Amino acid sequence: MEHHLVLRVVARIIIPLIMLFALYVQFHGDYGPGGGFQAGVIFASSFILYGIIFGIAKLRQVIHPSFVRSSAAFGVLIYVGVGIVTILNGGEFLNYNVLSQSAEAGQHIGIMIIEFGVGLTVASTMIILFFAFAKP
Amino acid sequence: MTVVYINIIILCLLVITAIAINQQDNLFATTMLTGIFSLLSASLFVCLDAVDVAFTEAAVGAGIALILFLGSLAFIKYKEKIENKVSVFGLITVILTGILLIYGIHDIPGFGVADNPVQTHLADKYIVGSSKEIGIPNLVTAVLASYRGYDTLGEVVVIFTAGIGVLMLLGRSRENYKGLIERED
Repeated sequence: MEHHLVLRVVARIIIPLIMLFALYVQFHGDYGPGGGFQAGVIFASSFILYGIIFGIAKLRQVIHPSFVRSSAAFGVLIYVGVGIVTILNGGEFLNYNVLSQSAEAGQHIGIMIIEFGVGLTVASTMIILFFAFAKP
Repeated sequence: MTVVYINIIILCLLVITAIAINQQDNLFATTMLTGIFSLLSASLFVCLDAVDVAFTEAAVGAGIALILFLGSLAFIKYKEKIENKVSVFGLITVILTGILLIYGIHDIPGFGVADNPVQTHLADKYIVGSSKEIGIPNLVTAVLASYRGYDTLGEVVVIFTAGIGVLMLLGRSRENYKGLIERED
């Protein structure tokens, strides 16, 4: 795709906007439509766009496959970790009420963290899939 | 009433797209039609006021899945192998299943009626309780992340497992393959 000047310029403009939108969807999921799953996919699509336009080798330099692999596992670990913390705080597994002084604040914190875990795993897995399927 | 007309139009377009997917033997066109199918379903979900589902359908079905399909298309031929074989058993199965489904329509409760079993069991508990118990405006996120936290954990693990599966099938082998070629040289 190296000779497609328009695509390269447009991609360079649009990739940060896609990332910003993904972060908005991620952290605004409590108030509007969205959440970790959608945000993860959108965030991954910015990397995939980069990989398509600038080549897989460049994408490997930006984000290394081994890093993506560990971050996919780390997302699940964050989710389970919240559950473990709630057990240690004296509640049931994934009962966010015990995360803070008031139950409502605990719910907010819990949902925010597990949605981040979901987003991390989904985004990483999508990039893993792209690395696996893309022609080098 | 307009929503009903829009629903009918979108459903007709979905059927047309499905038939087009079936008839098409160019795999590139099929992939694109699948994307159109996903976008149409997403707009149908918007009409049904399921914005979160529509969002997911648009992002996953019309976005990522399409790109992954195109990525795998790069490995294979664009033309589908045509086999003009009509399987009688398959035809009978499809017709029987269709008749059964249409027969089953008579028994399902009316569309969007308030006293449907779906609406009376837990829904009002979530709708009334979530603003007090969870305190976030988006009901879908409250159900997904808090009431059904176990389910969502399962979904995340499923996605993670799918990624691992693809890695084990495709990810390593190509590197090993490259290594083999280099060793042979």
